[in-house]
Amino acid sequence: MRSNCYIPSGCAVSGMMSESGKRVDGSDIIKSIALMHDRSNGLGGGFAAYGIYPRHSDEYAFHMMFDNISVKESFEDHFKDRFDIVLDEKIPIRPGAVFEDKTSGRYNGYGTHPIINPPLLWRYFVDVPESKMKFVSESEYVVEEVMEINSTIDGAFVASSGKNMGVFKGVGYPEDIGVFYKLDEYKAYIWTSHGRFPTNTPGWWGGAHPFSLLDWSIVHNGEISSYGINKRYLEPFGYKLELRTDTEVVAYLFDLLVRRHKMPIELAVKALAAPFWKDIDRMPEPEKKIATCIRQVYGGALLNGPFSIILGHNRGMVGFNDRIKLRPMTCARKDDTLYMASEESAIREIAPDLDVVWSPRAGTAVIGELNEEVV
Amino acid sequence: MVMRIDCKGMYYRILNKIIRDAINEGETEFILDNVNGQRYIGNGINNDVKITINGVPGNDLAMFMNGSYITVNANAQDGVSNTMNAGEIIIHGNAGDVVGYGMRGGKLYIKGDVGYRTGIHMKEYKKKVPLIIVGGTAGDFFGEYMAGGIMILLGLDKNEDTPIVGDCIGTGMHGGVIYVRGEIEEHTLGKEVSVFNLDKKDEKILNKYLKEYCDYFGFDFDELMSKPFIKLLPISSRPYGNLYAY
Repeated sequence: MRSNCYIPSGCAVSGMMSESGKRVDGSDIIKSIALMHDRSNGLGGGFAAYGIYPRHSDEYAFHMMFDNISVKESFEDHFKDRFDIVLDEKIPIRPGAVFEDKTSGRYNGYGTHPIINPPLLWRYFVDVPESKMKFVSESEYVVEEVMEINSTIDGAFVASSGKNMGVFKGVGYPEDIGVFYKLDEYKAYIWTSHGRFPTNTPGWWGGAHPFSLLDWSIVHNGEISSYGINKRYLEPFGYKLELRTDTEVVAYLFDLLVRRHKMPIELAVKALAAPFWKDIDRMPEPEKKIATCIRQVYGGALLNGPFSIILGHNRGMVGFNDRIKLRPMTCARKDDTLYMASEESAIREIAPDLDVVWSPRAGTAVIGELNEEVV
Repeated sequence: MVMRIDCKGMYYRILNKIIRDAINEGETEFILDNVNGQRYIGNGINNDVKITINGVPGNDLAMFMNGSYITVNANAQDGVSNTMNAGEIIIHGNAGDVVGYGMRGGKLYIKGDVGYRTGIHMKEYKKKVPLIIVGGTAGDFFGEYMAGGIMILLGLDKNEDTPIVGDCIGTGMHGGVIYVRGEIEEHTLGKEVSVFNLDKKDEKILNKYLKEYCDYFGFDFDELMSKPFIKLLPISSRPYGNLYAY
């Protein structure tokens, strides 16, 4: 997978969430991201979906990519001693899939871009054996194992490792990737999606967005120019940055700040897209003290560069921009559904009559959360 | 004759080709229905045509446009009037970021709010003076690197606690003028601009354009003028003249 790279020289993001936990199939999110076809260049597309495995909701769902069958075998040799595998199966695909719709421009001399040469795609529903949790928590154990697989088993890659969720991604236009993975056959209460236009990191199957760890998933339009600082900050905490792309730091930072350090998501966003010192100076107390502490303690987590990001997790969806808004993001609501996308039209394509549409201010999180009564 | 086009599901290249071909055949008026996300509408049109857009047009609406009249009956996205040379655009909604980027002439009237970096790199030359009027509020970097032209920000129908304009107003500005209906806080001003009082000439400009603006959107002119305006001007014509000199 990783050797088959292109580095040619924008992106598109779209997300939707039913806050009442109503699950819908993937057709709408495919239509939404397809509308922004021209923001991508065919070198990466992907989706994260939450609530898709209700019958396996207590097990970790590992979505795996393998270069070939022998890598899969050596992975399984390694994996079976570390987890109790409840079920493993091929991820259903439509080889050579193309999205049939006019808006994405394929009838106009662009030609079609069928999804070809996929790696071997397999999923494993697993439990963590009791014996493994003597010294670490269950989630910590899973994180360690994901890091180990990605860094030590050549040709094997964990696309996602959360419960009742999954990441479906690859090299191609996102709408074609969506059809390739049969997303019309899954139902989710949160869908996020990404169309990639790689500028300075390679386009390979594992390098497509979303980036995911446990139930965290990140889709990102932009560029994290603080990657080196963030990487150095994360590595002592045990994260291994192996994917040759800037976006993975964001997924790990949320895991560190929210899961391990138990920060509220809103505050974690204030660490990643921190207010400028000149603005902190003008804040009233206690906001001033909180903002100062966050910047002092989490300086290494500060993201620099242009970005609009959608974070997904089991109970919500969060969108936010860099501090001077160098990438676009529009949000909207209709009934119980929260939408966010790079362009308003991508939302209108699937929800023409919206209750409210707005563009969030730079550095401010828009937070969608499952209602409390939804278990 | 009016040409009516149903744009539902239509790719932008097809739509813009239909419009251009029809203009070459002598068509002068278009109504575009079910527009959603089609980019570059009105792009590079040199003729005097009228285009009505029903739906949200895609990015770079009227880029390089040189003399047409466009009405948008919805919100618009990013990059409206990018490097536009002449013509008029009326938006009955909000517009996104980098509106009026490098605009060189013509008028852009927006009923609602605009995003970040409105009027960035706008410029003027002799009689070509671009104009942007925004009815609502604006995000940060309003008039960034502005080199010419006129921007008027009205702040109509805004919440008490929403500022009329964001941070870093006129950063790097070295030409043109910004009028704001209301007060702005000193710390939101870019280093390169200062607040000035209006003179007779300013009042003439406001009267002229705001009457036109009110006619388009049905606002009451007297009510609009009942609140004082301030004027922002650059304090240097070459703010970065010494940046690389030592």
